[in-house]
Amino acid sequence: MSAQATKKIEVIASGDRPILPEGARTVPVYIMGKKYLLPETLTIQKAIEYAGYQFIRACGCRGGICGACPTVWRIQGDFQLHFGLACQTVIQENMILAQIPFFPANKAVYDLEALEATGEVVAALYPEIMKCVGCNTCTRACPMDIDVMEYINAAMRGDVARAARVSFDCIQCGLCSARCPAQIAHYHVAQLCRRLYGKYILPRAAHLEKRVEEIQAGKYDGVLEDLARMDHEELRKRYVEREIEPLDSTGWEPEDKTYL
Amino acid sequence: MGYTPEMKELIKRVEATRAERIERTRRGEYFPAMTLEEREEVLRKFHPDYKPEGRREVRVGPNKGEVYPEEFVDVLEAYPRIPPERVDFSVLPTHTTDVLVIGGGGGGTAAALLASDNGCRVILATKLRHGDANTVMAEGGIQGADQEVDSPYFHFLDTIGGGHFTNRPDLVAALTRDAPLVISWLESLGMMFDKLPDGRMRVRHGGGTSRKRMHSAGDMTGSEIMRVLRDEARNRPDRIEVMEFSAAVEILKDAQGRACGALLYNMETEEYFVVRSKAVVLATGGFGRLHIQGFATTNHYGATADGLVMGYRAGVPLDFMHSTQYHPTGAAYPEQNVGLLITEKVRGLGANLLNVHGEQFVFEREPRDVESAAIIRECVERGNGIVTPVGRYGVWLDSPMIEELEGPGTIERELPAKFVQFMRYGIDIRKEPMLVYPTLHYQNGGLKITPDAETAVPGLFAAGEVTGGVHGENRLMGNSLLDITVFGRRAGRNAAEYAKGLAEEPGEPTLDHVREFVRELEEAGVDPSRISPMLLPDYTTPDVKMRQLTAHYHGTIR
Ligand SMILES: Cc1cc2nc3c(=O)[nH]c(=O)nc-3n(C[C@H](O)[C@H](O)[C@H](O)COP(=O)(O)OP(=O)(O)OC[C@H]3O[C@@H](n4cnc5c(N)ncnc54)[C@H](O)[C@@H]3O)c2cc1C
Ligand code: SF4
Ligand code: SF4
Ligand code: FES
Repeated sequence: MSAQATKKIEVIASGDRPILPEGARTVPVYIMGKKYLLPETLTIQKAIEYAGYQFIRACGCRGGICGACPTVWRIQGDFQLHFGLACQTVIQENMILAQIPFFPANKAVYDLEALEATGEVVAALYPEIMKCVGCNTCTRACPMDIDVMEYINAAMRGDVARAARVSFDCIQCGLCSARCPAQIAHYHVAQLCRRLYGKYILPRAAHLEKRVEEIQAGKYDGVLEDLARMDHEELRKRYVEREIEPLDSTGWEPEDKTYL
Repeated sequence: MGYTPEMKELIKRVEATRAERIERTRRGEYFPAMTLEEREEVLRKFHPDYKPEGRREVRVGPNKGEVYPEEFVDVLEAYPRIPPERVDFSVLPTHTTDVLVIGGGGGGTAAALLASDNGCRVILATKLRHGDANTVMAEGGIQGADQEVDSPYFHFLDTIGGGHFTNRPDLVAALTRDAPLVISWLESLGMMFDKLPDGRMRVRHGGGTSRKRMHSAGDMTGSEIMRVLRDEARNRPDRIEVMEFSAAVEILKDAQGRACGALLYNMETEEYFVVRSKAVVLATGGFGRLHIQGFATTNHYGATADGLVMGYRAGVPLDFMHSTQYHPTGAAYPEQNVGLLITEKVRGLGANLLNVHGEQFVFEREPRDVESAAIIRECVERGNGIVTPVGRYGVWLDSPMIEELEGPGTIERELPAKFVQFMRYGIDIRKEPMLVYPTLHYQNGGLKITPDAETAVPGLFAAGEVTGGVHGENRLMGNSLLDITVFGRRAGRNAAEYAKGLAEEPGEPTLDHVREFVRELEEAGVDPSRISPMLLPDYTTPDVKMRQLTAHYHGTIR
């Protein structure tokens, strides 16, 4: 064991600052038109940091879920425009990129309690959805591969449930809205549909409502107070003795129902 | 892209042992779990929390004498961004409100909503965009005892047992009592919970639960909570004003020692300004971006312990800051994915952890802290880790086993996000293993609070990951999204009640407590170049820094 313990490897990388392998190849990347030579395996986000920038905007989760880092690029000499998240996309040779960390989009202000889950409600709050020309540009811009046009069309048809489900993965990055010729704020429309769906179309959880009533009536107050005052030994005993619900628990009931 | 030729060579050793390992798994034979004594030993020797190196005693403030990770002590024992004598309240622009909420994650937004429900005007100030936070990153779920076979009693026991019985029991009681109320609140705000056709919540087990109570919204539970709460806050522009890219740098107190606002910093124009309020809620989240002991992290860009620093300077003691949660399986390769969380589900579905020789070295379902320590031991002590081209350690997580054990298509169905995240870099986790290493995941400790989310400073409330005690020394999955909503709501409501109950407006703001803290720092001989709160991590390479001849850094910010 001790012989092996001396076989320690000198590990150098730490934290989130990229440290490059010996002889890493660099490629030209144009950050807003200005050329930098950057190590080829990095994400756009880390490459921009490597170039010497410190982010204030366009950087949130660094993990593809917050929508802070939408980025557009072309490869030099190619007419095609590409879209993606800077934290999730690896740089390519001759990439010409710009970030769109913010794009103005109209959000309707509403009182969810006063609404109904209908197409009319959605169309009243966001009449611009009716102007969709069906170009599908929104879908092509979406870094989450969402069928954006389809959820807008579902909203137009008044199919709130479908709009909610199709848009579920939306991270509200705004790329679709930046591209739309009809000036729709897709992700706000989607948000409204999802909240309407969650509140009015999905059936309420009856067991939850009952439990809320029990708690408000103080049913568990005494039990919890006792637990909070219990000594460690007794707590340990109860912890060890608790019955575990099996993985497949259809029809399962615990033997001891005292504390339910 | 994909693995390097050297790594591909090493993967052959994994493939060589795979068939036999699958056979063993099928027979229900696992790598032996550790005894309690073995667990204690590996924790003591290899868990970063237990190692004396990399930790030191804090020399100032309410927790003077306690031992914390170096990187944290560095920001705790540090001078203010702006010396108090340079702050002239008569010239700085000043906004006024009833309740100031600092931090735009799930905790802060819940607090803002409840404060506004309770008749107060709110300013929500946040460092990045509203919702750029750890909250959006939570995939797994949120706990709450709402099924007939479950109750807050069992939720309490699971939570305190998971925390090795160290948790503050009154906080656990509040957490588990309010859980169904919070789930119901989220449902009424239109959150898309995973449900059965009749509306019953679809619930699952999580590590250490005795009843199934993990609620989810796909694998985006935190994101869905954040989207819904943020949208609701935006529906109240007359009552909740959101200030983005506005970082708080200091709490303000009046002559009576009551919190009465904050000094804030416009991240973009670099101007300071003031918000005066009757009550303040701190909800600034965790400290993953301090990269304790050099660990990569799952946390968002702004997780830099700012709230702990501000609260501590204002006189709030810390609880459980000696304890940090490392998630055993963070991605270690490719470099683009480093630190990213690889959910427990991968091991739950049967994937083994393997060393460089393709051998198993630990049971896959040890508690998080034990599992992490065992991986570190395998690499650091036994020299059996795989070293990546950039010099990171890792061990294999043999995902291809899942397709054999559970049938083809399982990975794409059960782990869609992970599949895509690796596929992007040319790694097909159905066919090749993932390289993993423990990653800094959650700050178990934080500011000390009461069940009403009050701190030791009158008028200062705190909620969420910035607080400590709810989870003791170890947090169960799904209890943190719950923590932020339960205590976020309590903080918002109680801050509003407090604000409305004040007989007169708070007095003139002062930074006397900061002056006093600076005096302590000077007495302790703390290096004057140390500045906090950090606000942003610094990922500029040393080469660039060397060439930035004219740029100067104030702490980690240019
Ligand atoms: C990858 C990942 C997966 C997770 N999975 C789960 C899970 O499945 N279940 C679960 O229960 N928990 C999970 N957690 C933990 C949980 O998500 C967090 O602990 C919780 O969301 C923290 O919420 P919060 O509101 O306290 O802090 P955050 O959500 O981090 O919000 C803090 C906010 O404060 C802002 N801020 C910071 N400093 C300042 C300042 N100086 N001034 C103003 N604003 C500031 C930040 O920008 C941010 O907006 C996970 C965490 C991560 C990182
Ligand atoms: S980009 Fe706009 S107009 Fe085109 S399909 Fe999408 S929503 Fe319709
Ligand atoms: S739907 Fe629009 S806002 Fe949502 S993720 Fe796709 S491009 Fe971004
Ligand atoms: S930084 Fe959050 S999606 Fe890229």
